[in-house]
Amino acid sequence: MAKQVSVFRREHFNAAHRLFNPEWDESTNEKVFGKCALPNYHGHNYELEVKVTGKPDKKTGYVMDLKELSDLIKREVHTRFDHKNLNLDTEEFKNLNPTAENIAIVIYKLLRPHIDKKMDFQIRLFETPRNFVEYPAG
Amino acid sequence: MVYLTRSEHFNAAHRLFNPGWSYEKNEEVFGKCANENWHGHNYELLVTVKGNPDPDTGFLFDVKKLSLIIRQHIIERMDHHNLNLDVDFMKDKMCSTENLAMGIWEQLAPHLPAGVQLHCVKLYETPRIYVEYFGR
Repeated sequence: MAKQVSVFRREHFNAAHRLFNPEWDESTNEKVFGKCALPNYHGHNYELEVKVTGKPDKKTGYVMDLKELSDLIKREVHTRFDHKNLNLDTEEFKNLNPTAENIAIVIYKLLRPHIDKKMDFQIRLFETPRNFVEYPAG
Repeated sequence: MVYLTRSEHFNAAHRLFNPGWSYEKNEEVFGKCANENWHGHNYELLVTVKGNPDPDTGFLFDVKKLSLIIRQHIIERMDHHNLNLDVDFMKDKMCSTENLAMGIWEQLAPHLPAGVQLHCVKLYETPRIYVEYFGR
């Protein structure tokens, strides 16, 4: 029985956003989200780590071809989010607050259908070098 | 002569866009950086001062004071802001990393005490792109 191995691919994208709940008034948004709610947006260099876990294929020795994973991330994530305003330019966050948590969940959902079901799959998203989230948790 | 560096960071939105050019020309020169709805970065700012250490303290400059000067004059004005719209000293300037570093220099230099000279403003736009400005 081959043992399980995790393989990772790291990509990055730069985007603007703001945190804002349209059901709240300005002062509640400011109270909850602080300067992240400022109306003219701010931005980040997002670092995305994608982790695929499974048994290496007997013929190739690969869990997954990392070039294919890279191309997949560029196609599904980069083209949607890189150099975009997440609130204004993307379908995904038209009605969803673009917190790091929600961005990670969205990216997971975009990529998961293209990853072999036998493999475990996890996203780690850095909003800054010191703030990052993982989905699914654990 | 000793060089002392303090690192700070801010997150901001910007776009590269020359209002004197057509939309197409901006797209051609600045590509996706010209996106009209902005994009953003985690900027890392390294400010280096130079001088001789004070014989009593051993300090060239109290680095806490340097940090406060950078925060008061730069970070508070830029962090979580839109660099094109919100930052007064970038008004009517192209919001490139080069111009930001030069603008930051001009804002900081007047606030340093005698004997402490600004040496370098180094600004990272991404972990792989940075500029240095030495005031000349």
